Amino acid sequence: MNVLQTGQGELIGWHDPDEHRAWVAAQKSRALKDKRTTIQEAVAEYVHDGSLIACGGFGHIRVSMTAIYEIIRQRKRDLTLCGKTAVHDSDILIAAGCVGRIEVAYAFGHELRGLSPASRRAAESGRCQIVAEISNAGYQWRFLAAAMGLPFVPTRVMLGTDTLAYSSARVVEDPFSGKPIAVLPACYPDVVLMHVHRCDRYGNSQVDGIAIEDFELARAARRLIITTEEIVDEATIRSEPWRTLIPYYLVDAVVEQPGGAHPTLMPGQYYFDEEHIGEWLRLSKTDEGAGEYFDRYVYGAADFSEYLELIGGAAQIEYLRQVELLEAPLRAPWLEDKR
Amino acid sequence: MNQDYNPTELLAYVAAGLLEDNKSAFIGTGLPMIAAMLAQRTHAPHLLIIFEAGGIGPQVPVLPISVGDSRTFYRAVSASSMHDVMSVSQAGYLDYGFLGAAQIDPRGNLNTTVIGEWSHPRVRLPGSGGANDVGSLCWRTIIVMRQDRRRFVEQLDFLTTPGYLDGPGARERAGLPGGSGPYRVITQLGVYGFDEQSCRMTLLATHPGVTVDDIQANSGFELIIPAEIGTTEPPPPKIRQLLREIDPTGMVIGK
Repeated sequence: MNVLQTGQGELIGWHDPDEHRAWVAAQKSRALKDKRTTIQEAVAEYVHDGSLIACGGFGHIRVSMTAIYEIIRQRKRDLTLCGKTAVHDSDILIAAGCVGRIEVAYAFGHELRGLSPASRRAAESGRCQIVAEISNAGYQWRFLAAAMGLPFVPTRVMLGTDTLAYSSARVVEDPFSGKPIAVLPACYPDVVLMHVHRCDRYGNSQVDGIAIEDFELARAARRLIITTEEIVDEATIRSEPWRTLIPYYLVDAVVEQPGGAHPTLMPGQYYFDEEHIGEWLRLSKTDEGAGEYFDRYVYGAADFSEYLELIGGAAQIEYLRQVELLEAPLRAPWLEDKR
Repeated sequence: MNQDYNPTELLAYVAAGLLEDNKSAFIGTGLPMIAAMLAQRTHAPHLLIIFEAGGIGPQVPVLPISVGDSRTFYRAVSASSMHDVMSVSQAGYLDYGFLGAAQIDPRGNLNTTVIGEWSHPRVRLPGSGGANDVGSLCWRTIIVMRQDRRRFVEQLDFLTTPGYLDGPGARERAGLPGGSGPYRVITQLGVYGFDEQSCRMTLLATHPGVTVDDIQANSGFELIIPAEIGTTEPPPPKIRQLLREIDPTGMVIGK
């Protein structure tokens, strides 16, 4: 294939497809075994300094915050993050000094809530290095290529732009149409952290609502830590197998943590905790404030259940459930600032 | 200016008016959501709304905060995936796409990545997100943004999302889908289209009380100003009331 353009972004997470197959053959067990563990053990075992990590969900939706807080608590360093619509997760991982490098589809912003003070400071001062640019579709197609065991997938996005020039993609001549087409390299994150509605002890997982890009990401992951609102019987999974988004052989660890996505949204269960997100946005305007946040909510809590008590416990989760089900009005401090 | 509506209400009303019934629209956070919801509640009840995280054809009850919010698949026809919605966009199913930007150039190319140099950012912005995908794949892109000389620039700091690139035929030469591209730009001052010959931004209408001088004074590049220019219609009270129902907390519409 005739290469017409080569993006100057750093290629991260790519493996030769045969190398990946050999890794899967040797490292990914196909045994139906009980994978239940604690988040402390799962993070200690699979997340290493320097790992390339990615989070399931999207923005502030269904993010495994229990895993994120544990990574901060264990003071992991020099992580590279797939900034695939990475919002709260990337902001706090960068602010906590865990992530030093990021490939950006979307980061440094909190959508309607405004830009992220902490991670923007890190990007602008060079404390967090941006290794490449990409688009949202582009990133999930990098995971699709990995999920398919292919070296790349072709796409018609990013062409003609600086987004492509600063990405790790290339432009080639399509052998069929003869037109230029972008090819996106596969991306296999070392570890993926994903929060689901329910799974069994083996890791067979169901997600309610939109899958976002978790089908592809789960299959691209070298190691996959599943955190779940609830562990259910194998029979529950087998009674409706069409609901399984992620089958067990992709999963390395299963951790039960109700409320584990707080303060992000868990579809059908709890809405964004805008008061808590607002507190982070306010505190993270300075490095000292960000430190205060981590002291209070991460280092100051032995585990995620203790954290949930600090943010208001069952009463707060119940309020967020009502907001999610359109039964209670939204409270959002950043909204007051806007008005 | 003596008016009983706020500028955001006007923008939402004008943007909603561009959307046609029985067409599809790729919708982003903020004003695009308001415009699409208003269109659905007025002249376009069967507008097919699509969100990048996988919400397809929802009946959005109240303004979502995020494009992955549960409200983006409330009473939807499908709660799907990004791969699905981006693929159908690539295959030509998406009529309209809505985008915002920090900078725009005369040919509708957009920057949402960085102000200053990429390697030494003065302001680091969020990046493409889904913007490049929408601008690459939808048939007609509508851009809603604030206009001033720092935002309407001859030369972008970074070309995040393709408009007409460097002119007629450039999108097709780059390999982008043929016949697609920017359709309208809506700002607090007026509405713009693109000249067919040059692909340069052309004034179509000013908002009530805005002069052509105001328009040119707030652009860092030369706009095409035709002899005939329209004036947009201010939002009537019924529309303003609907906007309050869509955004009861004033998240986007404001006071």
